[in-house]
Amino acid sequence: MALFLARRLATMLATLMAASVVLFLVLDILPGDPALVMLGTEAQADTLAALRRQMGLDQPALTRYLAWIGGVAVGDFGLSYTWRLPVAGLILDRMAVTVPLAALAIVISTAIAIPAGVLAAASHGRAADWVIIAASQIGVAVPNFWIGILLVLGFSIGLGWLPSGGFPGWEAGVGPAIAALILPSLALALPQAAILARVTRSSVLEVVGEDYIRTARAKGLSRSQALWRHGLRNALIPIVTIIGLQFPVLIAGAILIENVFALPGLGRLIFQALGQRDLIVLKDVALLLAGLVILVNSLVDITYTLIDPRLRGRVA
Amino acid sequence: MKRTALWLGAALTTIVVAMALVAQAWTPHAPNRMNMRARFVAPGDPVHWLGTDHFGRDITSMILAGAWQSLHVAVLAVALGLGVGVALGLAAAARRGAIDAVLMRANDVVFAFPAVLSALVLAAVLGAGAHTAVIAIGVFNIPVFARVARAGALQIWARDYVVAARAAGRGWLGITVIHVLPNIAGLLVVQATIQLALAILAEAGLSFLGVGIQPPAPSWGRMLSDAQTYLDRAPHLALVPGAAIALAVFGLNLLGDGLRDWLDPKLRRTR
Repeated sequence: MALFLARRLATMLATLMAASVVLFLVLDILPGDPALVMLGTEAQADTLAALRRQMGLDQPALTRYLAWIGGVAVGDFGLSYTWRLPVAGLILDRMAVTVPLAALAIVISTAIAIPAGVLAAASHGRAADWVIIAASQIGVAVPNFWIGILLVLGFSIGLGWLPSGGFPGWEAGVGPAIAALILPSLALALPQAAILARVTRSSVLEVVGEDYIRTARAKGLSRSQALWRHGLRNALIPIVTIIGLQFPVLIAGAILIENVFALPGLGRLIFQALGQRDLIVLKDVALLLAGLVILVNSLVDITYTLIDPRLRGRVA
Repeated sequence: MKRTALWLGAALTTIVVAMALVAQAWTPHAPNRMNMRARFVAPGDPVHWLGTDHFGRDITSMILAGAWQSLHVAVLAVALGLGVGVALGLAAAARRGAIDAVLMRANDVVFAFPAVLSALVLAAVLGAGAHTAVIAIGVFNIPVFARVARAGALQIWARDYVVAARAAGRGWLGITVIHVLPNIAGLLVVQATIQLALAILAEAGLSFLGVGIQPPAPSWGRMLSDAQTYLDRAPHLALVPGAAIALAVFGLNLLGDGLRDWLDPKLRRTR
């Protein structure tokens, strides 16, 4: 087990390094002179020279890369050119929005999808099953940012129940902050729930014929009681895997949804960084988001080998 | 046997493709013609069937022209992913060893960059536009096709007729072209259909953010981002393009599912 964990960790670090090299090549080497990209061709010579010095562009590429990665490793993400602030601080501020947003979305989608999936499996081939299948087919086809707009149309403009965008900050109190996150996390959660419900349904259906379900039924449990108590736990591996595989979709969705609702999160930050051509912030946030995806996928890998030890040997 | 998904999917996809093709030759109005005296016309108007936007542009015409733009980017992106991914996947399955290991690791790296993220990064260097969208979405498609092709090819390589062909002295390239590729073609078509649906969604997202298709070319994603400003006075501006995206994606998804059931009943998911 220790060997497996060590191997998995090494793979994760190697993937992270490779991702950082790709980002460095695209944003630092490919443009030729990143300082010129950031300031534009109209820039004053001395401003340009100062930025080149700050970015260390007089140094060889390898030195610059090592300085960047060395800094990131100890939490020093460099200085944002437009905000004139340490990028680490900017990122921490924005995480206070993106992390609760993503967490809320995962909670909502799981809370919708697992009961829906088990219900569909329990009523296999009957009306409830068909309704849930149809709803999930539509759910995966609808763009999350459109759902966001529709929710604003219904709940903000129509009913006036919830804010249509913006974020009051956690210092305004938990209530208003959560209220600002409800519609965005719903928009993020619904397409995810559609996918998750399908997977839950088919993986519960896989275990329906197992002996232990028949035993549970023989003990006097109803079909759905048996599925809930004994089927779901055994169907959990594909479900956990999909939650992990869907994580990049969630990150991509957060970038869009934060822009629909003008939420000051990481997605908004990277979008603004592009607008202001702040390559320093862009590179750091991109690395952070890609790193999150890599981390979550490794955790999922490790989790399901914990759930099912038979899978351990299979992972190289 | 019922093939509802296949037929409905094929019908919806045909409609969207027809919209795109018709827009090349004809739209009810010029999609970019502004008319400040006919702004925010509601749908159901005899002249502007689906209404007009904040510049008085005809929504019907923009949706038709947008279908072309959307499919155009999606098809190019999937073709890029398919071409490169399948070649890599087939090579990995045929050669195994180091190529295989490197490819699988590289897949993990690419998977860490969803199209929206890589598009934002690429836009800083290449500029925003359809080309950035094609590259960002296409690159994310490479590992998808590489995995599907590799997994499919590995199964074929274990078949007796391949063993026989090897014994007869045929090289790996010949076996791949003559035996492997034709046998996984169905699998690839199904995957390509599903990836097209995802590419349309991704492209809409990129255009919504302003890093995809650029004006003056109409795009469904940008129509939605424009619509947000006028949500309280003209909700149809948000409803129509969103429905167009959902319809296109829904159709392609159904078509993909239907094709899978039709081509390989063994793969059919329990339903």
